[in-house]
Amino acid sequence: MIRTPLRPLARILPAREKGENPDAIERENIRRRHAEMQDRARVRAEGRLLVLGLFFLCAFVVVGGRMALMSTSEPAEPVASAPGAAIAMQRADIVDREGRILATNFETHSLYAQPPQMVDPIAAAQGLKQIFPDLDEARMIKDFTGKRKFVWIKKRISPEQQQAVHDLGDPGLLFGPREMRLYPNGRLAAHVLGGAGFGKEGVNAAEVIGVAGIEKQFDDYLRDPANGSTPLTLSLDLTVQAASEQVLAGGMRLMNAKGASSILMDVHTGEVLSVVSLPDFDPNDRPRPLLTGDPSDSPLFNRAVQGVYELGSTFKIFAAAQALDLGLVSPETIIDTSGPMKVGGYPIGEFHGKNYGKLSVKDVIVHSSNRGTGRIALEIGSERQKAFLGALGMFDPTPFEIVEARGAQPLIPKRWTDLSTVTISYGHGLSASPMHLAAAYATIANGGHYVSPTVLKRKGPQYGPRVMSAEAAKEARQMLRAVVTEGTASFGDVEGYSVGGKTGTADKPKPQGGYYDNKVIATFASMFPTNDPKYVLILTLDEPQIHALKEDRRTAGWTAVPVAAEMIRRVAPLLGLRPDVDPQRRAAITLTSSN
Amino acid sequence: MTEMVYGAVPAQRGEPILPKWWRTVDKWSLSCVLILSVIGLLLGLAASPPLAARNGFQPFHYVERQAAFGAMAMLAMLLTSMMSPTLVRRLSVLGFIGAFVALALLPFLGTDFGKGAVRWYSLGFASLQPSEFMKPVFIVVSAWLLASSQEINGPPGKLWSMGLCTVIVGMLVMQPDFGQASLVLFGWGVMYFVAGAPLLLLMGMAGVVVLGGTIAYSSSEHFARRIDGFLNPELDPTTQLGYATNAIREGGLFGVGVGEGQVKWSLPDAHTDFIIAVAAEEYGLILVMIIIALYASVVVRSLLRLMRERDPFIRLAGTGLACIFGVQALINMGVAVRLLPAKGMTLPFVSYGGSSLIAAGVSLGMLLALTRTRPQGEIGDILRGRG
Repeated sequence: MIRTPLRPLARILPAREKGENPDAIERENIRRRHAEMQDRARVRAEGRLLVLGLFFLCAFVVVGGRMALMSTSEPAEPVASAPGAAIAMQRADIVDREGRILATNFETHSLYAQPPQMVDPIAAAQGLKQIFPDLDEARMIKDFTGKRKFVWIKKRISPEQQQAVHDLGDPGLLFGPREMRLYPNGRLAAHVLGGAGFGKEGVNAAEVIGVAGIEKQFDDYLRDPANGSTPLTLSLDLTVQAASEQVLAGGMRLMNAKGASSILMDVHTGEVLSVVSLPDFDPNDRPRPLLTGDPSDSPLFNRAVQGVYELGSTFKIFAAAQALDLGLVSPETIIDTSGPMKVGGYPIGEFHGKNYGKLSVKDVIVHSSNRGTGRIALEIGSERQKAFLGALGMFDPTPFEIVEARGAQPLIPKRWTDLSTVTISYGHGLSASPMHLAAAYATIANGGHYVSPTVLKRKGPQYGPRVMSAEAAKEARQMLRAVVTEGTASFGDVEGYSVGGKTGTADKPKPQGGYYDNKVIATFASMFPTNDPKYVLILTLDEPQIHALKEDRRTAGWTAVPVAAEMIRRVAPLLGLRPDVDPQRRAAITLTSSN
Repeated sequence: MTEMVYGAVPAQRGEPILPKWWRTVDKWSLSCVLILSVIGLLLGLAASPPLAARNGFQPFHYVERQAAFGAMAMLAMLLTSMMSPTLVRRLSVLGFIGAFVALALLPFLGTDFGKGAVRWYSLGFASLQPSEFMKPVFIVVSAWLLASSQEINGPPGKLWSMGLCTVIVGMLVMQPDFGQASLVLFGWGVMYFVAGAPLLLLMGMAGVVVLGGTIAYSSSEHFARRIDGFLNPELDPTTQLGYATNAIREGGLFGVGVGEGQVKWSLPDAHTDFIIAVAAEEYGLILVMIIIALYASVVVRSLLRLMRERDPFIRLAGTGLACIFGVQALINMGVAVRLLPAKGMTLPFVSYGGSSLIAAGVSLGMLLALTRTRPQGEIGDILRGRG
């Protein structure tokens, strides 16, 4: 390629010598270059415009074609991918820890019509209306007498209904086998099980796929024909689950709460024996997900596993336990909790503006002092606090094996300031799910080992890395017991089971920032029996409110604690725990009358 | 004598405005747009009574408003189409400044009408959506910048227009209004493509779009739910899309008959985003095909006319305007037939909505002004042996 010089010196220099104006030559040269450039651009643009035009033409044709296909399509008779392949009874069952059925398969039939085969379409439509009152008779008559060759009538019918349709005797009404997923216990453990729906669908068969919960998490395992005979065994206990749901539903109604959740977990194995989130749903008839509004208002939302909340004062024991573990304090060390206390320019206040003065570490927990916990946390320092909470699993979604758990990413501050250190020590500024709290309390309960919560049955203890010394865990447990015997959770004392725990009442954050002053999340994080804990129970109530002793009360001590106590009273015997009966009491029922 | 001293009085050169306009304007496209807005009114008669009933107005309240806005839009379109390209450009620059300020002040003075995104100014009798007006003027201004960069020693117009595009897309995403943002981005991309973008860069940009979509999917729950709804093979019959699909199927070839449709009672957006479903149900495939053909002919005709155009500014501005018009219609109808994930986008000239209607009128007016037949110097080319 020959490069043309920008300035035509070959012509300018002779022109200059002849005394002509070289600018004219240069202008002419620029004009020519410009015109050439424009021509090149135009030719390229012509091609590209043609491409664009063709693209739009094709796109409009595709939309039009699709529209034509849709509007002229009658729902065709779908043919199963593998003709006649019996895929019934393939999905593995799900059972609880004792082998009781939670989810199984049920053979049923779908009902469809081939109008050209029908003898008397009008009578058939009237007969079907008798059997299925929810069908539209006029619509069916229109479908059966029109040109359609295939009409779905019902996707699932019961054997009685099938017999009734048989009795109509119309050869145009046909049945296709359908395997359906059945949850015989209805709403029980709905959030764990999730639900299943149909995937590819044909007349002869339909694929069953998990859509939520454990059904989706273990979809591959459940569908694998190799596992057909071995059911998936969960850690749940059906009886405990049923009792928990019953108590929690009653408690939620009594406390006027709009939602509630509870988790009962084995502190050594991490097995979750019951997990409840209310309101719930029936997995046999899964409601539609909300398309608008807050998804956490849907009954499908799992408050125990999926929801992250600021869990309030239940976090205080972590600061105390860590300080004990580091040897910074003993339970009797005196902490100055008097005000005013300012961190990063923000005043740290107590509940109802109280002032407790000088308290021992144990009393800081018993009276739930924000300033006291804050002082301990500042002593620990933000780096060590972060490491400790991280070891308790507070920074990642829980490994709980249902798909919803992966979404529960705790919310932690971007910059961990001293103020964060203080507020997080009493449970504000860090949002975690109740399942996180259960795992963290289990660590204190089992003597200092992290255990990861699981919904699968385990054999024997599953200790993870040690988070705190056994001694610190023991002292922390004694404080939790004291909260029940002399502190905020006095309604939680269940005779014979020596309950220990910590209450937490956190103001709910407004979506637009700030906090509501009349909406709270009340939490009671408890363990029993405290001298050798076997189980932790986390119970939260969403927006509880009761009127007691001439006052509106929302704190956990008045709302979550009595419900949790009732739950422990109900489930502890089911778990095979022997009440620790005080031998002194026996004297009281000896004979009082003798003569 | 006076003429000899002061020179001739500049005589009116050429012909009067109206005859010249009628001779040079693209009459086919003009007719298509007029027919479209008539169809819009017709569908408004079908689709908006349920909305009026919900809001407690008399049944044809929205039709009357649509007619008034439609008349204004047609007037705006005709007036704009009579302008010269230079005048279009100058007014667009002014309009761009106005729209930019309006868009920037939106977070402080706008309202969200309880829909979660601050996109509107409430004027009492009507609401105004600045982003609708931003699209055409941004296209023209960008085209001007891109064209100027093709001059020798011209300013770095590509870079500038890209900067403007980024800022505007950013402001729209903040609202958040991903639909309008993607339209603006698409318009700019098409112009850059026609202005001679290197193919390698175009592929890179396609990559960036995919990446952006992935990020939006993972960070915005609103967005993710719509994509999930699209990818889910099981169509839930109680969603907007389910109703729309059913309506199209019910309509068949000739429709269920005027006023007989049911979908408008169950679809909240029947008068805007899903108006094509109402059309398909009541008037059948025939009307839908006519509507598609009208949009296609406006876009394709305009692009073909622009192929002959020699002025780079006119070519680019026309391309941008035609393409965003076409793509908006495509997306709206593509959503209704489930070719695309659900995205609220109005059907230009057919959907109800004052801002959208008038802005569509203005932008089509600009397009018509730019695609008018004008001498292209072909004779000169032949004489000079170029071509």
